[in-house]
Amino acid sequence: MLKMIKELCALPGISGRENAVREYIIDKIKDFAEYSVDPLGNLLVFKKGKKPAKNKVMLDAHMDEVGLIVTAVTSDGFLRFAKVGGIDTRVMLGRTVTVGDKGITGVIGIKPVHLLEKGADADIPKADDLYIDIGAKSREEALEFVRTGDSVCFSGEAVEFGNGFIKAKALDDRVGCAILIEIIRSELEYDAWFSFSVQEEIGTRGAQTAAFTIAPDYAIVVETTTAADICGVSGEKRVCLCSGGGAVSFMDRSTLYSRELYDKAFEIAERDGITCQPKTLVAGGNDAGAIHKSRGGVKTLTVSVPCRYLHSPSCVINYSDVGESLRLIKALAEEFAKW
Amino acid sequence: MSDYLSVCALLEELCAAGGVSGAEDEAAKTAARLLEKYMPVKISPLGSVTGSMGSGEPHILLDAHLDRIGLVVTAIDESGFLKVAKCGGADIRVLAASEVTVCGKEKLFGVITSTPPHLSKPEDSDKAKEFDEIAVDIGMSREQAEKLVAPGDRIVFNSSFSKLLGSRVSSGAIDDRAGVAAVLRCLELLEGEKLNCRISVMFSVQEETGGSGAQTGAFSAQADEAIAVDVSFASAPGISAEKYASLGGGTMIGYAPSLDYSMSRRLAEIAEKENIPNQPEVMGGKTGTNCDEIQTAGAGVKTALLSIPLRNMHTAAEVCDLADIESTARLMAEYIKERGGAHA
Repeated sequence: MLKMIKELCALPGISGRENAVREYIIDKIKDFAEYSVDPLGNLLVFKKGKKPAKNKVMLDAHMDEVGLIVTAVTSDGFLRFAKVGGIDTRVMLGRTVTVGDKGITGVIGIKPVHLLEKGADADIPKADDLYIDIGAKSREEALEFVRTGDSVCFSGEAVEFGNGFIKAKALDDRVGCAILIEIIRSELEYDAWFSFSVQEEIGTRGAQTAAFTIAPDYAIVVETTTAADICGVSGEKRVCLCSGGGAVSFMDRSTLYSRELYDKAFEIAERDGITCQPKTLVAGGNDAGAIHKSRGGVKTLTVSVPCRYLHSPSCVINYSDVGESLRLIKALAEEFAKW
Repeated sequence: MSDYLSVCALLEELCAAGGVSGAEDEAAKTAARLLEKYMPVKISPLGSVTGSMGSGEPHILLDAHLDRIGLVVTAIDESGFLKVAKCGGADIRVLAASEVTVCGKEKLFGVITSTPPHLSKPEDSDKAKEFDEIAVDIGMSREQAEKLVAPGDRIVFNSSFSKLLGSRVSSGAIDDRAGVAAVLRCLELLEGEKLNCRISVMFSVQEETGGSGAQTGAFSAQADEAIAVDVSFASAPGISAEKYASLGGGTMIGYAPSLDYSMSRRLAEIAEKENIPNQPEVMGGKTGTNCDEIQTAGAGVKTALLSIPLRNMHTAAEVCDLADIESTARLMAEYIKERGGAHA
């Protein structure tokens, strides 16, 4: 599964350009389940279990990642861009990126610190003033290799380090995709439905139509969430801890979760000896925001792998949390199917 | 790119080495191996790589600095995060969530901490965090970290050597490995030339922290004249093309009160004569490079500066044009040929 996470993270797939990720997933699941692709690009999967499910349970993970999109090419060959999804400008400066289908390498430029006015050395430039330098000397040269509308992803390989930690771009939410793939490839007690959703990062647009089509009774959103268990942060502000197991949400900025399902998660975890933790801060949002409001309403739960430095080129998770989350999600899906 | 195979290979190899100021050993090893092809190599008491070849007059010293900017470990916190300070002029604006290598008992991968937008206010992203608010995450407990890392260990900013379009490349250590590459390429261009002068080379340490390597190295070399090669600012969006260099526009010939005017002029004349792309760089006082230390070493040394235009200086995404390294190397070689009397 580690290999699969690394491969998934390496694929380019900003919101609206999830095709490479979708093709990878189809290849992994096609021998184990039935699938279809909806008009927005969501990959909808049905996996037969040993028994028919009493309730229809949908597991969701989003395929898209945050990134950039080329908005213009300047007369001297630099690329202007817009952010796709929420990215702090501070994690983009001086980064290497990969542009468009041809995979052109570029860097996000910044005025050298030596040329700043006194006292301005901590001022972050406005995102609108940033540009990508692909080495082109003119607009014409640049246009031979890129087009406006091209997607831009952060470059960089996945790295394992420390005690079971993994660094990669796009762990949000390729980890969720990997967990779903693993479940689809395993033997299931009950029939189950899955959505590998598009466009989460720009407002959970894929999940909305996926949930409509699947029409589930219960949904589990499989995500990554902010782990702020770092130097200088204490108590509940840490949100959740790496190596603390899957983080279960009671509330975030898009969803008030079913208390029944939230309690069930901790009950099942205790029953099966699975490590998990509450997400201790009301922050962020995810596909649950769209799914719980689908049709007449869907009882929804989110289980997230804790992830440090979310929405940066260097997201960090602990691999132990992937296994614990997987066990919890699988046990809960079974529980909801027969509830 | 095919025109610049030699400088490209040199630069890639040099950029792959660590070598933060005051701990340049790894870079020194690479540079010494490359320099040994041309002359016997010695390591100075402070760690600079030096060598000399030929005899006669004048005695010309070529300098480029070996060190790269980075961080230094100051403490390990209770949960194993490393507290750090600058080592050289690191730019705090580019540190959030960037990847590093901690040069402890072994090399350790790390990520500089950052706060995701979900947990910060929109206005937070207008200011970079100060050093007391950040740390390096190496994914270890304090006990484990203490076995492998100690205060004083240097930290290198990770960067790959990326080829951009044309002859442009990006890496984190082009300042001043491009200068080292230019000096080595100059020696390659001079191979087989009969020279009646002495050439000394100094790949000096600790430029980014004040030039101790150059000051002491120039004292020991006792050269008649010196050419230092460093990087300087290239224009880009928001960086005036009028005031700063053109990337790919050729080697920058320095003019400053602290540089020897006749050397600057001579370099410019030779560049014109040999059709070597060049552009002037005029400064009003000192240069902020090793030249400032070399000029006043011992009884004093006539000093010139050649600079290679660079974008995004002091970040992991420095960008240069290999053509500018090549023109710098060519100009030095032609200068030495003329001064060494081989044309005579």
